[in-house]
Amino acid sequence: MTTNIISFTVALLISISAYASPNIAHWQTSNGAQVYFVAAPELAMIDIEVIFDAGSARDGQLPGTALLTNAMLNEGASGISTDDIAAKFEDVGARFGNSSQRDMAMISLRSLTAEEQLKPALKMFSSVLTQADFPQTSFERLQKQMLIGLQAEKQSPSAIAARAFNAKLYGDHPYAAMPAGEDKSVKTLNIESLKSFYLQYYVAKNAVVILVGAVTKQQAIAIANQIVAKLPVGKKAQAITKVVSIQTAEKIVIEHPSTQTHILMGQLGIKRGDADYFPLYVGNHILGGSGLVSQLSNEIREKRGLSYSVYSYFRPMRELGPYQFGLQTGNDQADEALSVLQNTLVSFINNGVTAEELIAAKQNITGGFALRLDSNSKIAGYLAMMGFYGLPLDYFETFKDQVNSVTVEQIKEAYIRRVQADNMITVMVGGKK
Amino acid sequence: MVIKFKQIIGLTLLLPSFVMANVSEYRLDNGLKLIVKEDHRAPVVVSQIWYKVGSSYEHNGITGVSHMLEHMMFKGTENLGPNEFSQIIAANGGRENAFTGQDYTAYFQTLEKDRLAISFKLEAERMRKLIIDDAELRKERDVVVEERRMRTEDKPRALLREAFNATAFVNSPYHHPVIGWMSDINNYQAIDLQQWYQKWYAPNNAAVVVVGDVDADEVYALAKQYFGPLQPEITAQLKPQIEVEQKGKRTIEIHAPAKLPYMMMGWKTPVVNTLTDEPVWEPYALEVLAGILDGGNSARFARDLVRGNEIAAGVSAGYDLFSRLAGLFLIAGTPVKGKTAADLQQAIITQIDLLKTELVTEQELERVKVQVATSAVYERDSVFYQGMQIGMLETVGLDWRLSDAYVENIQAVTMQQVQAVAKKYFIDRGLTIAELIPMPFGDQKMTMPVGEKHDY
Repeated sequence: MTTNIISFTVALLISISAYASPNIAHWQTSNGAQVYFVAAPELAMIDIEVIFDAGSARDGQLPGTALLTNAMLNEGASGISTDDIAAKFEDVGARFGNSSQRDMAMISLRSLTAEEQLKPALKMFSSVLTQADFPQTSFERLQKQMLIGLQAEKQSPSAIAARAFNAKLYGDHPYAAMPAGEDKSVKTLNIESLKSFYLQYYVAKNAVVILVGAVTKQQAIAIANQIVAKLPVGKKAQAITKVVSIQTAEKIVIEHPSTQTHILMGQLGIKRGDADYFPLYVGNHILGGSGLVSQLSNEIREKRGLSYSVYSYFRPMRELGPYQFGLQTGNDQADEALSVLQNTLVSFINNGVTAEELIAAKQNITGGFALRLDSNSKIAGYLAMMGFYGLPLDYFETFKDQVNSVTVEQIKEAYIRRVQADNMITVMVGGKK
Repeated sequence: MVIKFKQIIGLTLLLPSFVMANVSEYRLDNGLKLIVKEDHRAPVVVSQIWYKVGSSYEHNGITGVSHMLEHMMFKGTENLGPNEFSQIIAANGGRENAFTGQDYTAYFQTLEKDRLAISFKLEAERMRKLIIDDAELRKERDVVVEERRMRTEDKPRALLREAFNATAFVNSPYHHPVIGWMSDINNYQAIDLQQWYQKWYAPNNAAVVVVGDVDADEVYALAKQYFGPLQPEITAQLKPQIEVEQKGKRTIEIHAPAKLPYMMMGWKTPVVNTLTDEPVWEPYALEVLAGILDGGNSARFARDLVRGNEIAAGVSAGYDLFSRLAGLFLIAGTPVKGKTAADLQQAIITQIDLLKTELVTEQELERVKVQVATSAVYERDSVFYQGMQIGMLETVGLDWRLSDAYVENIQAVTMQQVQAVAKKYFIDRGLTIAELIPMPFGDQKMTMPVGEKHDY
């Protein structure tokens, strides 16, 4: 039966999966916002995202600025109160969202496309984006909530580890700070600094608009115009400073009253559009990016039962994002788990991948390509990434070819050049053995 | 305003019948149920197999065994080596996983549409031919120990939730956690897993749910081919385990290392599945009530407790009307700095009293109804979620068609009914309160150079 299943699998693999990628329309509004649109006529709904180069990389001396600015948008706009803004969206079943990370700050809207719902939702959405009032009472409340959020982090070993890891990895670079800020900076924030942040970065030339839904292109053009029409033209945000690589390995141990030790290990990784993206992406897929079938999962979980979750990933950003490894294990096994993690990485760099592993990885990535784009929200997510980082419009079409063209040699060469196992930052947060 | 709302609801209510038209139900001779929902938006298919077994089927001493068995289902069968299931799915571009709840254990694969047979073939194999190997069990038990540490032991709120359930439920199996008590996990033997597998894993105790770009009759033919030959089993009859009547308010404290206080309140409530004599609209009125309190940023909790009097840093309400056994209406939250858990609790009680003494406004009620109707459209963006809805209803013994009737049942709820359930169920005799008391701890940090070099 085993043979049976395998031959059967192989037979199915011959059927080449060749599904069409979504048709992307791209244009610019008259005030300079970049718009990306995919028509999805099947469900009478639309997903809208407006993304600004206004994440925590722009925080300067006061980490938390970008996040709090973003959170203030729906707290008051064109004289409408927080309560009324919320009610205006929810009265028509629309969902408003906001978020702010290192590179991107975003607001989003999901609504039905029938005029009775979409029209009021869009009107409110546009006001929130372009006519934010920044009421003082809201500022004070959100500031307190951010401080409480920072306290909540301190009871989570994984959050403590992430903060320490980023601080060490990025040193003086803006990526060093967490988007949530830190106690001192959040206490120092003031409403004038948020307003000036808003005026500088929430401008048309710094905006990308994503539309996925049951509207025609003509309607999409009108919707995009309506959303951003009142945004000042402004300027695109300047390039952020280059990340300078750290050169020394370091281990940070933080004591925490937990039964497990959370281990984060890593170094600088890659940028969006990086020339080494595909060899490193496919290589990491084999090493620690493919869940239960990755080498790390096999060594740490399958063979030794050391951790429920073990992973590695590149997070490509505008500048060099992290290449990060993580696991969590009982305190008395932490040293053992760390050494298995290190040895697996070393052996991966030294030995590279086998032809069979590479075939399996390509089959996994390309054979499931349609799964990446099987919902409006996933398509919107990809468009946001492509639009924000200026990736080519044929990204979807060429993705599979790019993956398929990766060779065993390229992976080995790229890993030797880009990944230094003896130069990792390691953070361990947990209790005593 | 009201008329406008009714128009909206009328429009959105047209959708369910259209949705239902795409669902087909079959039953194989061996008792396996197959439910297929065609959704041709993308060339993918999700295949889920739902077993009627979960932590609420377990007794003390083997708690968490359903979840442990879920892990072992990846560790080899008569014809598949450990982890080979996952490798085959991966080589076919699939995503897969499994999850265990109080009332079900489910396994799923998402694949490009022409690869459904791979999922069926593999699932049929492990439905009847699992091998519980001692050595594999010992390793995987360690993995589950780590999982429990990660999910519960080191998370103060999860610890509180666990103690809360163990207090609110005395003899109902909702008393114990899905993942099981640590002592039980540490002591599973192969025989425990074998017996559990033998008892519950059979075609007549399972439902296969397929959603995606498929033809229902072709799926039925595939199901007959792969699952058809499997033998049914005489599955065990569950004892009713009806929770004893609560006679008064229960209060507990958990002291754990934490930085923030947290509290939970829960009242015993009926669910759709357990309603016999009571009016059948009650669970839907409770669902609407949850929406009035916590259905978005305009709902009462956000408006009055987070903004308004600024007493809560965060507070939420939740109620699951589709569980197998009677459950709880839950409220949980963190007070802002300078306020105590008792202050927050008092503010919540004030909110509850208001629901008892005054009717909710027509606008609030309509807003909840509109949100439910629009959510029914949004949910269709995910094939996986559509499958979840069907599978969850099916495994608790309800009809999957309830997911469509759900919207209509919500639309029928009146403001008087919301008040009636508030008066009937938010009573001290049904109330359990749990409070997390933070135990202080310091921040200690050491930085050290990497000492000895490893043998690279």
